[in-house]
Amino acid sequence: MNGSLYLWLIPLLPFAGFLLNGILGRWFPKWAVTTIGLLAPLAAFGVVLNAAKGLIGLGPGLASLPYVETCPVGWINVGSLHVGFSLVLDQLSLVMLLVVTGVGFLIHIYSVGYMSHEEGYARYFSFLNLFLFFMTTLVLAGNVLLMFVGWEGVGLASYLLIGFYFKRNSAADAGKKAFIVNRIGDFGFLIGIFLLLANFGTLSFSEIGAKLAASPGWQGGILTVIALCLLAGATGKSAQLPLYIWLPDAMEGPTPVSALIHAATMVTAGVYMIARTHVLFDHAPFALGVVAVVGAATALFAATMGLVQNDIKRVLAYSTISQLGYMFLGCGVAAYSAAIFHLMTHAFFKGLLFLAAGSVIHAIGGEQDMRKMGGLWKKMPVTFATMTAAVFAISGIPPFAGFFSKDAILYAAYLQGPYGKALWFVGVVTALLTALYMFRLWYMTFLGKPRGEEGHHHATPASMLGPMVILGLLSICGGWIGSEHFGAYLAPALGEMKLRSTTPHLELILSIVAVLVALEGWLIADKYYRRKPERPAQLAAALPGGYKLLANKYYVDEFYGATVVKPLLATSRYVLEWVVDVAILGGAAWLLAAIATFSGAVLQRWQSGNLRSYAAWLAAGAAAVLLFVVVPWGAVLANFGIHLSMVGH
Amino acid sequence: MSSFLAQQVPVTWYLLLSAALFSLGVAGFLIKRNLITVFMSIELMLNAVNLSFVTFAHEWHAVKGQIFVFFVMMVAAAEAAVGLAIIIAVFRARSTLAVDRIDLMKL
Repeated sequence: MNGSLYLWLIPLLPFAGFLLNGILGRWFPKWAVTTIGLLAPLAAFGVVLNAAKGLIGLGPGLASLPYVETCPVGWINVGSLHVGFSLVLDQLSLVMLLVVTGVGFLIHIYSVGYMSHEEGYARYFSFLNLFLFFMTTLVLAGNVLLMFVGWEGVGLASYLLIGFYFKRNSAADAGKKAFIVNRIGDFGFLIGIFLLLANFGTLSFSEIGAKLAASPGWQGGILTVIALCLLAGATGKSAQLPLYIWLPDAMEGPTPVSALIHAATMVTAGVYMIARTHVLFDHAPFALGVVAVVGAATALFAATMGLVQNDIKRVLAYSTISQLGYMFLGCGVAAYSAAIFHLMTHAFFKGLLFLAAGSVIHAIGGEQDMRKMGGLWKKMPVTFATMTAAVFAISGIPPFAGFFSKDAILYAAYLQGPYGKALWFVGVVTALLTALYMFRLWYMTFLGKPRGEEGHHHATPASMLGPMVILGLLSICGGWIGSEHFGAYLAPALGEMKLRSTTPHLELILSIVAVLVALEGWLIADKYYRRKPERPAQLAAALPGGYKLLANKYYVDEFYGATVVKPLLATSRYVLEWVVDVAILGGAAWLLAAIATFSGAVLQRWQSGNLRSYAAWLAAGAAAVLLFVVVPWGAVLANFGIHLSMVGH
Repeated sequence: MSSFLAQQVPVTWYLLLSAALFSLGVAGFLIKRNLITVFMSIELMLNAVNLSFVTFAHEWHAVKGQIFVFFVMMVAAAEAAVGLAIIIAVFRARSTLAVDRIDLMKL
């Protein structure tokens, strides 16, 4: 390869933006904050595009990938452990980088309009840039530890941005919840890293891959344990069962943040991590099966909860969890490229859904309850049009983007033997539910009669509409490349798609089934939320138990509260605080203080102020020293049968 | 002359005299109430020590002891100047020189 690609600029440019806006932003005029905040991701996107020239035959060819840049200064050099700042560009990280910086830049533009009236404008942009810094670090990392740094960093940025409106208690709590739940997963990830180090002696992805390739017979065992530990980390970050509970609450953050971090990029880090370490998972079939089951279960579970939410952002949050479940399902059936394909199209249409939802919320003055919306399509036609594209995309209706990627995952699942067919079935049911809740949202928000107060509507500024239109176009045609081509392109990084069907037209038949199911979902939504709007309430009344179960999100939060949070709090309060802190530590401190006070009370009598008593003590002391020096104590004690055996005596 | 003295008077006597003077100084320091007398007792102790310095210096033909004595005398002179000044200041403030009455570290 001729010349450097300056990969290190990709993370560091947003970092510079973070520093500038974070430290000096409060004194900058608004236009300067905007310029810095937008230039950083734009420049990073430019560097990525420069690196991606090979894709369209302008630059160095794809054959030269993976391309590695290593910082000449090492990071950790201890004994046989060498970890450096190495950045790796291969097909996988290139796709991911294009999504992260591209969609990221669009959402930065959108934020200019969305956040223009908010307090903490500079803080917002500095955090957003910080997120891009860590996310690109995560994607480019050439070893697990550097990836972990990015991984934790995006968690930090997520925490800061969820709690952006920190004056609101619920936002602060949601930020803490996200951070703590992620810690649980990250604990598993960390254990996985330690096990990798112990068993491979290296943390570099390429070296781990080479060692595994050298011993093809090495299956299961410790590899399964490592893979499961990594999966634990992925379930936390990507909001899968059983750690998905933070994502719905994360909607407390500003809507562009939900779009960028909690839909398009950060939450897909778990999928990316599994794809990045796929050689490991390929050698651990059991762990791979767990990934598939977790993914399918999450997809279905979250979709059912999405059905009854009334907060527009929460519907999208559960939908995100559900779609991430699809990606996990794709990873779990070793169709990594299909999962990454879905990751990409999902970034387009789910990012767009959030942006459109933000546009709606912005327009009607902060209302998020869909029951108070309706009939908005006339007032905001562009938002309506782009949202429609996204709804069709996520429902999997051709030729929109989501159809191709979801279809690829379902097809790969179907080919996985009998249990794969069960997973396929779950996926298809989820597709039905997805279409149902998305069209429900669509009908409740844009169609029907206006239900909210007839207030004035803010016009959506062009800075918000522009990104939405671009993402709308991507939601339509982002999948046209097709999973075959996409998989072939990713093959050098992710391996060939192993499964090929022997049945002719199987893929076509499955596609038709999926599309019919999605249309069925649309029909049900049409019936319930357009033609007979009284039906949902009747249904809820007829099945009070089921409705309550769904509306209360299966009581999972309550269950965790009772089984984990309460005992933990009780232990903290009664054991750690009262026994350890107050009784033992506090008691010890109190005892020391009491000793000092008591001895002070005794000794203060010496401090009489009487000069002659001081002199007398001085004289007595001098006499005692003299006595000690002059009297031959060894001989005296020997008389009493005591022998001093000190050295030198 | 000195050799005559050394032959006539044993070293022990000088040391005993020194110890006696020192003890008198200690006793005076502890017993007397008047600040000036206490001060004089200190001078007495210093001179008792000087005497033993000189004795040992002569006994061992080492000049260091003699030099030490000059230092002690110099310090004693400086101390006398400062000490007497303090005594005058104390007397002006308290109108007494009784040690027992001067038991507060403020004027």
